[in-house]
Amino acid sequence: MTYTLEGRTGPWEIVVGLEVHAQVTSNAKLFSGAATEFGAAPNSQVSLVDAGFPGMLPVINRECVAQAVRTGLGLKAQVNLWSRFDRKNYFYADLPQGYQISQYAHPIIGTGAIEIELGDGTVKTIGITRLHLEQDAGKSLHDQHPTKSFIDLNRSGVALMEIVSEPDMRSPEEAGAYLSKLRQILRYLGTCDGNMDEGSMRADVNVSVRKPGEGYRTRCEVKNVNSIRFVMQAVEAEARRQIEVWEEGGTVEQETRLFDTGRGVTRSMRSKEDAHDYRYFPDPDLPPLVIEQSWVDQLKASLPELPDERRARYVAMGLTPYDAHVLTLEKETAAYFETVAKGRDAKVAANWVTGDLFAAINRLKTSIAAPPVPAEHLGQLLDLLADKTLSGTLAKTVFEAMIETGKSPGAIVQERGLRQVTDTGAIDRMVAQVLEANADKVAEYKAGKEKLFGFFVGQVMKAMQGKGNPALVNEAVKRALG
Amino acid sequence: MSLDTATIRRIASLARIRLEEEEVGRMQAELNGILGWIEQLQSVDTEGVEPMAGGGAVSLRMREDVVTDGGIPEQVLANAPDREGEYFGVPKVVE
Amino acid sequence: MHPTDFTLRGAIEALNEGLVTSVELTEAHLRAIEALNPRLNAFTTVTAEQALAQAKASDARRKEGIAGPLEGVPLAIKDLFCTAGVRTTAGSRILGNFIPPYESTVTANLLRDGAVFLGKVNLDEFAMGSSNTTSAFGPVENPWSRANDPDTRLVPGGSSGGSAAAVAARLALGATATDTGGSIRQPAAFCGIAGIKPTYGRCSRYGIVAFASSLDQAGPVARTVEDCAILLRSMAGFDPKDSTSAEVPVPDFAAACARGVKGLRIGVPKEYRLDGMPAEIEALWQQGLDWLRAEGAETVEISLPHTKYALPTYYIVAPAEASSNLARYDGVRFGLRVAEKGSDLKDLYERTRAAGFGAEVRRRIMIGTYVLSAGYYDAYYLKAQKVRALIKRDFDEAFGKVDAIVTPATPSAAFGMDEKQDDPVTMYLNDVFTVPANLAGLPGLAVPAGLDAQGLPLGLQVLGRAFDEETVFAVGTAIEKAAGFDALPRLRAGAV
Ligand SMILES: [Mg+2]
Ligand SMILES: [Zn+2]
Repeated sequence: MTYTLEGRTGPWEIVVGLEVHAQVTSNAKLFSGAATEFGAAPNSQVSLVDAGFPGMLPVINRECVAQAVRTGLGLKAQVNLWSRFDRKNYFYADLPQGYQISQYAHPIIGTGAIEIELGDGTVKTIGITRLHLEQDAGKSLHDQHPTKSFIDLNRSGVALMEIVSEPDMRSPEEAGAYLSKLRQILRYLGTCDGNMDEGSMRADVNVSVRKPGEGYRTRCEVKNVNSIRFVMQAVEAEARRQIEVWEEGGTVEQETRLFDTGRGVTRSMRSKEDAHDYRYFPDPDLPPLVIEQSWVDQLKASLPELPDERRARYVAMGLTPYDAHVLTLEKETAAYFETVAKGRDAKVAANWVTGDLFAAINRLKTSIAAPPVPAEHLGQLLDLLADKTLSGTLAKTVFEAMIETGKSPGAIVQERGLRQVTDTGAIDRMVAQVLEANADKVAEYKAGKEKLFGFFVGQVMKAMQGKGNPALVNEAVKRALG
Repeated sequence: MSLDTATIRRIASLARIRLEEEEVGRMQAELNGILGWIEQLQSVDTEGVEPMAGGGAVSLRMREDVVTDGGIPEQVLANAPDREGEYFGVPKVVE
Repeated sequence: MHPTDFTLRGAIEALNEGLVTSVELTEAHLRAIEALNPRLNAFTTVTAEQALAQAKASDARRKEGIAGPLEGVPLAIKDLFCTAGVRTTAGSRILGNFIPPYESTVTANLLRDGAVFLGKVNLDEFAMGSSNTTSAFGPVENPWSRANDPDTRLVPGGSSGGSAAAVAARLALGATATDTGGSIRQPAAFCGIAGIKPTYGRCSRYGIVAFASSLDQAGPVARTVEDCAILLRSMAGFDPKDSTSAEVPVPDFAAACARGVKGLRIGVPKEYRLDGMPAEIEALWQQGLDWLRAEGAETVEISLPHTKYALPTYYIVAPAEASSNLARYDGVRFGLRVAEKGSDLKDLYERTRAAGFGAEVRRRIMIGTYVLSAGYYDAYYLKAQKVRALIKRDFDEAFGKVDAIVTPATPSAAFGMDEKQDDPVTMYLNDVFTVPANLAGLPGLAVPAGLDAQGLPLGLQVLGRAFDEETVFAVGTAIEKAAGFDALPRLRAGAV
């Protein structure tokens, strides 16, 4: 079913393409040796290259190039062995050189693709047009002074990957799913930390609308949207605005807009009046970027397993597609699961991680990065279940104790004597005691009140402090009641 | 191609150079003089010629990913015409 | 002998032999600057105190037996090279009182080798010009004058006019300079001294205020070819801070000067025979070729068919790069800021840049912005890049047949400060012989070879293969020897 928005004149389709700016994970900047860490004092992570001082020259950081190549490989995209840096010229207070060094005509990465999963279970392929390396600008602070803006150049020169999609998305949901999937891939690759609150990922959202069956109409670019939720909201808000313009007989002008998160609407961006004349030309300070195929092969060989492949492997291990999906969303979750499942029953491990562990994480408001019990301990707990030291019920008790004390399951079982009883003689004796103490109920049972069977089992378990093996207790009660 | 005064003003605005009204005419004449002279390039046959961007090396040399710079805010800010504490100051920007 | 009369090589020998100290040399040059600079305006900043301190330190090092190749030699530095703690203006109001906290690689190399810096020398604003009349610090006067018209003040050429005038007038033993379209070779020729623009990538551009990055190259000017060779050896070298710096060893250029030209094939481009070129320049060119043949070289006519397009190509490429390189002068982080009460950011930029840049710089930024702008890029910039490729191809083919090329350095001798200034295009024609080497990235040397009828110096130009400055120096030295150029400018230290 195609997603549409209903207008006065009938249904409208939405066409969305995303340009995502992802900060490259690196120690130093793209063209200078200044640090990239978040949250440093203003202008403290700035070299004179980043500040555009006279005579300062750019020298490229190898790791930033490697990260772009890894990302290209992760997006199953073409890696261009010959690429080049161009200057994008415009004046802005936080752009010290008066140009951004970017890759316009010859990007390092060409076409690729991403598969997204939608709520109804369908899978859709979104084309990647290109990925290029470029430098970030500084930051303007507008709220520090009544008549001035303040400029901090700490971000100036930080390496960004601009990842441009094809206009293949047709709904806010698809745009959101694309951005989440892209973020997931980058985080798996370790090429971008994906911290959207810190500005490590921002999206320029290109939106247009059309009547079903039409070609493309004019699009607008909503700049710098910094969360997945806001991207979805911005798509819808901008689409609704355009529908209104068209339906009132107007024309949508190609322009750059901002998403006002407070009011949930987009508005025109005054500062971008020169946006159509960036006067790109090859940066004469930088010869072409030429890389060796052998280096690309080496980077490819050292690539980590990506979410799609990992999920397929989990399904092959016997997990449900849903569990495989949930476990691979964050690479930290997958790593936790892998530790628990190693050498054990994968399905049992998956149940524990997606069940009790996730519940505990939610209850304790923590995250998989700071799990309530270490993966090794949860694995040991599964071993105690497997060798029947613990029953399922006992295991849950032990799990809670693990969270409280931080101790290993072995230690807890030892200290509290929580080993399950499988000695049938001992169980038979306990059953006899319980039946004897409840002679009246035994009479009722024998008169036909069979519901009482569970009561006897419960009493036996209680008398055994929960340590009786449930199956054996069941059998013993059945036997004793004849 | 001959530049009209509107183009002169647009280029000056793109280049962020204030042009007083009385300067427009002279700038127009000078630019048209230079561009008219440059026009002779159009007669060169460049069919199939690869453009040459610059002299020098055929490929970029890459440096290692090590922090070797920064931590010099005083040097960065020392020449600022309007220094506001740890920042550069500019007239308030409306996005 | 007066200490300002030494050649650079002679000064080094005298220092080595203890005939003179660096302090004596430096003091003599500082006195000469004091006497002549008010007239010549070659220096924008004289760092007398620092120079004397450097000279003292140099003499002390020499005493301890540690002497670099340029130990104690007083030099002038073009005010386009950033010098740590010393005002660097690029000849522009917009850099105001800019004091860089860093040293350019070229000047750092000179300091490493023991040089003493007398100060910063004047230039055309942002190195844009061929007469040194566009400087915000006033024009520089050529120390030479016409025999029959001694009162007309002449230009020293540009943009390195301060460098050339200072060295010709003996206010320094040598100077740094830069050459984007002829800015070393043309002023050297106008002032009767030698100057070399080395191969693109030979000297680091780190810390040199950029004009047109793909063309800019630093090089020395000095009173002899050998002095240039000595200076270039110190200035040059691979620099990891410049991505266009060449990773090639620096040979002993001075040793190459004495190689001779026997057996060399010297190219004579037929396209350099311009209509209306003064007969004495043509005659000097032929004379130069005769000298080389007499020394055992063979001259070969060659063709550089795209030479005539070099100037218009240059006047697209250089302004385009400059328009981008000069965008950083915006009144935010350094330099001049001009704003009215209530100026918004755009108005601040526009007022700052209109007031901070002179007319020629504004003109070139406008041209550069236009040729890169939407709709014109292909017709101008891309076309120029293709013609540039053809110009380079011409040279590649020529250097398959010859070892060096000899041409006149300039189409005229130095002209008067009030002549040729009105029409930008006429001014641009000064660089007609020099620009092709910048476009192709090749080394080019100007060597004084004779005088015109009015007693003004004329130079010849030697072009070589990329990174073959050694052959260029050998050919230049042969011309220099044969010419026996010993005329002196009227304005010079010791003569007034
Ligand atoms: Mg964008
Ligand atoms: Zn971008």
